[in-house]
Amino acid sequence: MFEKSTSGPAGSGQPTPEQSALERTAPDDAARSDRIAVSIRHLSKSFDGVEVLRDVDLEVREGDVVTILGSSGSGKSTLLRCINWLERPDSGSIHIGGQRIGVNDAGRPMPVRELAKVRARTGMVFQSFNLWPHLNVLHNVTEAPIHVLGKSKAEAEALARDLLEKVGMSPKADAYPSTLSGGQKQRVAIARALAMQPEVMLFDEPTSALDPELVGEVLAVIKDLSAEGYTMVIVTHEMAFARAVSDQVVFLEKGLIIEQADPETFFTHASTERVRQFLERNEG
Amino acid sequence: MSNWEILWGARDQFWSGFASTMAIFGLSISAAFAIGCGMLYLLEGSRPRLTVPVRVFIDAMRMLPFLILVYLLYYGLPAFDIRLDAWWSGVGALAVYHGCYFAEIFRGARLTFPPGQVEAAKAHGFTKGKMFFRLILPQIVMQTRPLLGNQLIYALKDTAFLVIITVQELTAAANSLSGTYFIPTEAFIVVIGFYWAVSVVMEIIIKQCGRFSAKRGFDHV
Repeated sequence: MFEKSTSGPAGSGQPTPEQSALERTAPDDAARSDRIAVSIRHLSKSFDGVEVLRDVDLEVREGDVVTILGSSGSGKSTLLRCINWLERPDSGSIHIGGQRIGVNDAGRPMPVRELAKVRARTGMVFQSFNLWPHLNVLHNVTEAPIHVLGKSKAEAEALARDLLEKVGMSPKADAYPSTLSGGQKQRVAIARALAMQPEVMLFDEPTSALDPELVGEVLAVIKDLSAEGYTMVIVTHEMAFARAVSDQVVFLEKGLIIEQADPETFFTHASTERVRQFLERNEG
Repeated sequence: MSNWEILWGARDQFWSGFASTMAIFGLSISAAFAIGCGMLYLLEGSRPRLTVPVRVFIDAMRMLPFLILVYLLYYGLPAFDIRLDAWWSGVGALAVYHGCYFAEIFRGARLTFPPGQVEAAKAHGFTKGKMFFRLILPQIVMQTRPLLGNQLIYALKDTAFLVIITVQELTAAANSLSGTYFIPTEAFIVVIGFYWAVSVVMEIIIKQCGRFSAKRGFDHV
């Protein structure tokens, strides 16, 4: 399990001196544990006979940031969406913190309630934000902690206010989503996902629907989270960001992982021609 | 004594008819709203075996003249040993009939509900029931507000049919006064005034509710 007390994903807005000292020293020692946050084995998935994922294996260690790159249609969003069972893979297995998702011990599809519990261990941020428009910013963030995790209103609101502070959205706590810019919506969506205190955060092209000038504010928030030791899996097209934030870069091509390396190696000594070509085209 | 003075002398009859109409209307549309929400929930598909029967039932009701439904409940049910008095037959008919209309209005809005929001709810660990009642239904209601307002007015007007099964409501009061004193025009003008007044007040309330949803970006009032 993730040691929340040391890495602070619970979102204490103002870290105490001890905490910030820990944060400075922790990530590389404590966070780089060999414990596995997400384990994907032999994952395959087709849509209408088209193979989108082919026998994919991937391990995400606790505290690691894994970015998934690849061109459109390479299966990267599908892979991410399988992790919290928004897509059901055809075969293979996914474990989150050692707990298998979607299939119970007897090998049967998980009952809805059980599935919801495993899903709640992940936090998902979508390309199109998907905030709930009838709730204000604060209530978007407290909704699931209160009604899924059963937290008290006071506890959920205190946590939500800390998280909104963290993503720089405190002044908009009472605003409704329709009045926010895309970048603001996405930062609220990140706070909403963090409020579940998930073991792993999943980002599905979090900046692809944003105006270019709003991309930076969202990437800055994600970067802060990586510095705090959150485990994250990120599908993105932002190469510079991927290089700066990742511990591991995965490249998908036609549903296969064709390259998997640390960012330095990936961006400078990619072993496959396809990846070198992809990087050249995306530098322009 | 002018015809209007006669009616003024009989104002107690109008008032009691009006009170009865409002009681029938209030109770039946509350029930209809609940029925509409319940049917929409069944159409979500957590009990797949009920989906088709619910759809068929909604359509069957919508294609049925309201008066026939009232007759069926009042005169037809006793054949099955179910006896409702006129008042409850009326309330029941209104509730079921307009419940189906509510359900159909909701269903139309549900079809265009953004699937991403449902995914966000699932990703945050919501199960069907809570997702429906906390995230989907409130938005559907806000979005369909103008149509619901319309339906309320239809329901109000349909209460007048209940005079035929002897419910003592507003139209029945006018009917009886016009028969007693032979002044149909004035008597019916008075009840038209009542129906208009209630409709106008409802319109204003529904419009005010629009501010609530406009603030959340649902419409532009």
